[in-house]
Amino acid sequence: MAVIAQALGDRPKAPWGIRLAALAGILFLHLPLALIILYAFSAEDKSYVFPPPALTLKWFPLAFDRPDIWAAIGLSVRVALIATALAIVFGTLAAAAIYRSSFFGREAVSLLLILPIALPGIVTGIALRAAFNIAEIPFSFWTIVVGHATFCIVVVYNNAIARLRRTGSSQIEASMDLGANAFQTFRHVVLPNLATALLAGGMLAFALSFDEVIVTTFTAGQQTTLPIWMLTELVRPRQRPITNVVAVFVIAVTFLPILAAYYLTRDTHEVHGSGK
Amino acid sequence: MTEGNLPAVRFVEVSRHYGAVKAVDGVSFEIADGEFFSLLGPSGSGKTTCLRLIAGFEQPNAGAVLIHGRDMAGVPPYERDVNTVFQDYALFPHMSVADNVAYGLMIRKVRKAERRARAEEMLEMVKLGGLGGRKPGQLSGGQRQRVALARALINRPRVLLLDEPLGALDLKLRQAMQMELKGLQRQVGITFVYVTHDQEEALTMSDRIAVFNHGRIEQIGRPGEIYEHPATAFVAGFVGVSNLIDGALAARLFGRPEAVAIRPEKIRILPEGAAEPENAWIADGRIRDATYLGAASRYYVTLDAGGEMVVIEQNQRTGASDTLAAIGRRVRLSGPLGEALPLAAERAA
Amino acid sequence: MTAQTIAVPPPARASGAGALQRLSTWLYRHPRLALAILLAPPLAWLGIVYLGSLLALLAQSFFYLDGFTGLIVREFTLRTYAELFTGSNLDIILRTTVMATVVTLACALIGFPIAYYMARYAGPRLKPLMYLGVMLPLWSSYLVRVYSWKLILAKEGIVTWIFAKLHLLWLLDAILSIPVIGGPSLSTAYLGTFLVFVYIWLPYMILPIEAAIERVPRSVIEASADLGAPPRSTFRHVVLPLAIPGVVAGSIFTFSLTLGDYIIPGIIGSSRPFIGQAVYSHQGTAGNIPLAAALSVVPIVIIAIYLRIAKRLGAFDAL
Repeated sequence: MAVIAQALGDRPKAPWGIRLAALAGILFLHLPLALIILYAFSAEDKSYVFPPPALTLKWFPLAFDRPDIWAAIGLSVRVALIATALAIVFGTLAAAAIYRSSFFGREAVSLLLILPIALPGIVTGIALRAAFNIAEIPFSFWTIVVGHATFCIVVVYNNAIARLRRTGSSQIEASMDLGANAFQTFRHVVLPNLATALLAGGMLAFALSFDEVIVTTFTAGQQTTLPIWMLTELVRPRQRPITNVVAVFVIAVTFLPILAAYYLTRDTHEVHGSGK
Repeated sequence: MTEGNLPAVRFVEVSRHYGAVKAVDGVSFEIADGEFFSLLGPSGSGKTTCLRLIAGFEQPNAGAVLIHGRDMAGVPPYERDVNTVFQDYALFPHMSVADNVAYGLMIRKVRKAERRARAEEMLEMVKLGGLGGRKPGQLSGGQRQRVALARALINRPRVLLLDEPLGALDLKLRQAMQMELKGLQRQVGITFVYVTHDQEEALTMSDRIAVFNHGRIEQIGRPGEIYEHPATAFVAGFVGVSNLIDGALAARLFGRPEAVAIRPEKIRILPEGAAEPENAWIADGRIRDATYLGAASRYYVTLDAGGEMVVIEQNQRTGASDTLAAIGRRVRLSGPLGEALPLAAERAA
Repeated sequence: MTAQTIAVPPPARASGAGALQRLSTWLYRHPRLALAILLAPPLAWLGIVYLGSLLALLAQSFFYLDGFTGLIVREFTLRTYAELFTGSNLDIILRTTVMATVVTLACALIGFPIAYYMARYAGPRLKPLMYLGVMLPLWSSYLVRVYSWKLILAKEGIVTWIFAKLHLLWLLDAILSIPVIGGPSLSTAYLGTFLVFVYIWLPYMILPIEAAIERVPRSVIEASADLGAPPRSTFRHVVLPLAIPGVVAGSIFTFSLTLGDYIIPGIIGSSRPFIGQAVYSHQGTAGNIPLAAALSVVPIVIIAIYLRIAKRLGAFDAL
């Protein structure tokens, strides 16, 4: 009955003050992004004047023809793909090891996994840079990947372990009981259960890596990822209209995987445990 | 008429619907002041919704709930002179046991010293003296249950509502708490409204029982009445075990086409062809299966007249081997005609 | 019960899956080893790459930069840490900590009503939408979101336009002329930096609070009402204390993220640096890696102290 009551029962009405504050808060979170989309169509190219004097589509083809932007996007995508793949492997292994067993140092291991996002990005960045310097590793594509994979692991891990905990151990025990060995159980029971969680974690990891700038500034040499390209434009705006168009592109590229990840895990609120 | 003569709780044609689901469907009953009243029924039968209607967590779609004669329409829970012991206890995890118990007094702005004294007094009453400093998380299930009870009683409500409060406890503890609750109710003398799906619990503790099914009340009565004179087939089946004999079979066995219920312990197993006792019915059949239960054994007898009866016999002189040896034997069943309980015409269920 | 044989195929012990089966059984008999095999790759990565880097960083902070030669002297010393307590460095630390505190407070104030509404009032259709509404900004591009404020706070931007339309430009000027937090325009004032920080980290505050309030069982709130507490008292005595751990969890995010950020104050705000910027410039152009390392230890220490205080206040006891 209580379940039905919650689904259909008369929910208490919020006091108008709380409703107003909640609405204002949500608007505060979203209006700035809407504004960027508006500016991408602004005819003005020398300042951020509001309201835009006129609207135009001419910046989109201009941005589209820029080889430097395409190069930056290409680099970002390649880094994100490899970092995500590494994160999925490591994150899944760690989740499988941690979720059911108790061993000495378990807490330390889970802390270690969370550390790269718990510590300020600048600490991670400068630490990696210091290490590369000491080991005399030149900065390259791979140093960026190393940095990104490090903080992406925890995203996959969080999603995977939440799903494993929810699935519970009885399904695995039932599978073993019915004669499946550990590998068959993983293949037929664990993986199908885990698949959407891994996909969601992977997409979030991709979005995180595609967008990362703080660690990247420390681990990139001459390479320019898309966020680095944007950062230079932010610090010294020279081509405002092009930047606006790129910003809209980035919004689109990051929103899609996030939406997909959300719908893959929406019944469970898993994504939520994973801070950035 | 003084207030003391008014029923503690009165439902007048109360209905509570969730969309198309009729959780409570036109229910009327009265609970006398000082009574231990149980709402008994399977899950989803509407008993818990009735409790929540009394507490004020739900409002009826139709009908009226009266507490001590006052219509409770639109009265929020915190203005009702009624307290609840929740199924999951609902203790406040961030407060100590003493603060939990004293919560109602704090809300009423009772002075701190008095609050503390009365909380300790309540804790003594539920045999938790000295544990006031602990957090709910540090207590066992049975102890939490007592804290919930003390917290609900400290406001001295006129009516105490209990929502399957013993459901989470193990059997031994549950039986001990049943006796304690009953004793406590006599001691404090307030009305208890007790929701349970456990018929034995209801029979043990209640002054009266309302049996719920599909949002309606099937029968209200004292435990003896409910057990010995079930009004409907549902009550006969839900409260204890019954052999339900439909009209056609009853016509063959007793010569009257009237549905009856017969309790398994009210049937005797006689040897085949035994003499017909006085004022009793008989039926011949074969023991299809038997189960040894320890103190008693249960026999499943296929009747020659059609159908099957369950019989329970005390193992006063017999044992497990006798029980199993009986399988396959032809027997004659018999029981007093007075124990064939006539059932009211079935309502469409 | 009669003994009846049911035709069940014998367990497959045939050779086909034999190797894996044997391996599986062997792992079953050696659970510790199975665990080690699972853990080895991620631990190797994080333990060597990441932890190693952190230790390398920590080690660097005990070296010092020779002012004359401009070379790093690799011998153990605490003089780099001592440098942190000199005038300008202390200013930077103080400035950053104050900003992080104020941003955290603002996030809690703005975030709580949203979280409370989501957890207690939003219906089954609205709640997922609101949840998405908080999640999307959290995961979407950090740089783009910072960039949007460059548009908003620009002198010719929308904020100025709104104040002008409302004939309140005098108010904007008055706000900007307040000594410390003001400046020539919002995009070059501390006030602007503050606004952007709050905007960027707000979702990190909302989600843990929402989770904490969501965890309060319905029956606990009903119990409070049942015991005579009107909604306001229930909020104060039951919901709020149980939401505090969520606020603390959220504040750890907002506080630590603000402490470590070096991009936002570089883009929006006055020229006076925050810890992150100082770290960046010391390791980069100045080449003073030991000082950069020591400075980056500061936020870690501050957060550790913060956690200790939160724990002592009992913020973690309730759940």
